Amino acid sequence: MNASSVGQGRPVLEVRDLSIALPKGGDRPFAVDKVNFSVKAGEIGCLVGESGSGKSVIAQGIMGLLPKALPIAGGEALLDGEDVAHASEARLRELRCVRMAMIFQEPMTALNPVMTCGDQIDEVLRTHTQMGADERRRKIIQIFEQVRMPDPPRIYASYPHQLSGGQRQRVMIAMALVLEPALLIADEPTTALDVTTQAQILQLIKDIQREKGMAVLFITHDFGVVREIAHRVAVLRLGELVEMGPTEDILLRPKHPYSRMLISSVPSMQPANRPRMQAAKLVLRTENLTKVYGGGSLFGKGHSVKAADKVNIEIRQGESVGIVGESGSGKSTVARCIARLIDPTEGRVRLGEDDVALLPQRLLRRHRRRIQIVFQDPYRSLNPRRTVGDSIIEGPMNFGRSRADAWARARNLMQTVRLDPDSLDRYPHQFSGGQRQRICIARALAMEPELLIADEAVSALDVSVQAQVLELFDEIRQRLNLAMLFITHDLRVAAQVCHEVAVMEKGIVVEYGPVADVFLRPQHPYTKALLAAAPGRDWEFGKFEAA
Amino acid sequence: MTIALENEVDAAAARAAAVARPSVWKRLSQNGSVRIGGAMVLVMILIGLLAPLLGTVDPVRIDPTSRNRKPMAEVTVRNDDGSRTARTVLMGTDSLGRDIYSRVLYGARVSLIVGISVAAFSIIIGVFIGLVSGYIRWLDGFVMRIMDGMMAIPGILLAIGLVSLFRAGLGTVIFAIVVPEIPRVVRLVRSVVLSVREEPYVEAAISVGTPLPKILWRHILPNTIAPVIVQGTFICGSAILAEATLSFLGIGIPTDTPTWGNIMAEGRQFFRVYPHNILYPAIFLALTVLAVNMLGDGLRDTLDPKLSKRV
Repeated sequence: MNASSVGQGRPVLEVRDLSIALPKGGDRPFAVDKVNFSVKAGEIGCLVGESGSGKSVIAQGIMGLLPKALPIAGGEALLDGEDVAHASEARLRELRCVRMAMIFQEPMTALNPVMTCGDQIDEVLRTHTQMGADERRRKIIQIFEQVRMPDPPRIYASYPHQLSGGQRQRVMIAMALVLEPALLIADEPTTALDVTTQAQILQLIKDIQREKGMAVLFITHDFGVVREIAHRVAVLRLGELVEMGPTEDILLRPKHPYSRMLISSVPSMQPANRPRMQAAKLVLRTENLTKVYGGGSLFGKGHSVKAADKVNIEIRQGESVGIVGESGSGKSTVARCIARLIDPTEGRVRLGEDDVALLPQRLLRRHRRRIQIVFQDPYRSLNPRRTVGDSIIEGPMNFGRSRADAWARARNLMQTVRLDPDSLDRYPHQFSGGQRQRICIARALAMEPELLIADEAVSALDVSVQAQVLELFDEIRQRLNLAMLFITHDLRVAAQVCHEVAVMEKGIVVEYGPVADVFLRPQHPYTKALLAAAPGRDWEFGKFEAA
Repeated sequence: MTIALENEVDAAAARAAAVARPSVWKRLSQNGSVRIGGAMVLVMILIGLLAPLLGTVDPVRIDPTSRNRKPMAEVTVRNDDGSRTARTVLMGTDSLGRDIYSRVLYGARVSLIVGISVAAFSIIIGVFIGLVSGYIRWLDGFVMRIMDGMMAIPGILLAIGLVSLFRAGLGTVIFAIVVPEIPRVVRLVRSVVLSVREEPYVEAAISVGTPLPKILWRHILPNTIAPVIVQGTFICGSAILAEATLSFLGIGIPTDTPTWGNIMAEGRQFFRVYPHNILYPAIFLALTVLAVNMLGDGLRDTLDPKLSKRV
């Protein structure tokens, strides 16, 4: 899309010196600090920033949805010249849906579960228009067609839980667009969706925006999405707008050091060249690993799901193997079967010479030490009531080390993961997400494992922190000659850290091979679809030296 | 420079994370229900403990010459050595001439002992069964069906059965009230365990080889404390009421021990003429249960904000 052909219209949204206060006792006085930007008709403007940058708060401020704790402290947000930041609640109700509309990250919670999708849009029309019942129905069916819904009458009569995530988000978009607002605010609308669905929704928003000539304010943390959709980008950092400009300019020639750092942190889709280590010792081999959920219970037969179906994976010492796939593909199930957090239904998990797949708990305990796992959510993987030091030494003490000995080792490990050893007696809530993930890595390493599993271990982290943690994983793997299993939905992450990668779909490994082969010469149609859907795949994000 | 900036971002996040919210004690002391309810419960406990020092006489001493006196009446008491002393009966006397004021104050002891020990026993037993049942899946179905069965036993019927088997007394009453309360604690604890056992930090503990009892003690039990304390206060309130009910029906504490239920049961016959026999113990009973429940509400709001929205 040509950047010069868009954004020539009048400004639909003008935000001037907008400040939004944080409650007293926060880490900074303002959630949003004197932010200026505008979105013109026919333009997609993107607010991009990491968590805590205030990007969603701006959207809520414009829509009049701010919680009471976050009052507007100054400035204005002009929608077609009218200040919505200080508009009355009655006026905002008139404007919402009619002049400005918003779609949210999680379509399931944004829709009412006890009303059909059609009725929910019908409510919007009844509130804001004088249309008759037949006319409303026609209009709703028509908007469902516009958002490319299959079989609109069926969707009209469906409840949200009967639809897929992507379809729900389409219903949200239909609801937002039914009155043809001048401004659409999209707050991370694709973050909760799988990558292939995300690609479809992004395309839909782009198409509809062009057809209707709307202004779209798109909020995201993902530079791939920015590349796909934005005409202009504003980079936010801790409530301040640090840089704004046309998308290509920002991506090619970022000026502010923060934007440069953020863009440099985006992992490349180009797989790193990592030859397979044929000679190294085999650490783990799964043979026809299968996990079936459900099946018969005491009261009759339920239907069963094959979460993992005859999975065969090999990992050698010093090698990193990735499993990629969308949600429900069974990639986490495989990881948890290998770590024996759940019991596999069939197959073998060979750990060196031992088969741990079907060992009873009593005999398994000896082998627990050998496989360690780092989880996705850094806020839930550490017991909030125990100091991080206690969490790290728990494992070694289970296997007979003395407290003093384990503590001394924990201090070393803190240095390995680049944290201050003196902070061992602090509690998890005193650390940031990235730091907690480092602590989890230290806890895993304390067991001196042969295999380290990272189950979406960087997915919950901001991109700049993610880059650091990925680097740490790689460094540890090389230094300790560790075998690693990397579970991720993010193809960029897999491209950067893995030697080999297995692509899973519905419990089956559809493609498995060296990362360069899978990424550059995909064979299976699903792999091709996944790679084609990755946002910003055609763009090589630059690695900038700091200014 | 890049590295410095990265660390700066993380440091900012760490600063945000480190902004601590006020400690539990501070939040508790700022909650109105906790302050008022707690103060009232404390007063009741002091009354029970200090009953002999609060101008009371022997609560079981019968005085036929001064039966059924109205509150604030003057009575003359014949001492053992034959001398007489005059005194005012604050809350009147009952049909046997016993001093209601003294009986009500001593009665606080029984009520509080029953309330606190029922809460303590049902929590100790309930937490243990709940932890085991919630964590060890194959035991769960079996244990929970037993709990369902226990819940189906009416407390009063159980008390009648127990009193007919053993003699009536404090222990029997406590046991009879504890039994139907246990399943409620078990269900509460089990529901907490079921959600906490899925937490990654519990799985992390499993994968570093922590033995089961330690997982339960270190990682799961602490999560149940807040809801269990809250539940405990409600159990305490309802146990005090249940004891009064049992005693009122004559299947609770024997009549030679003054309890609020006993006093009311005995005053029932002359209720129309001498309402003070029932009025004063009833006021104390109502205030105590109110205080305990207020304390429980306040604790719930501060310790378990999610629960307060749901209920």
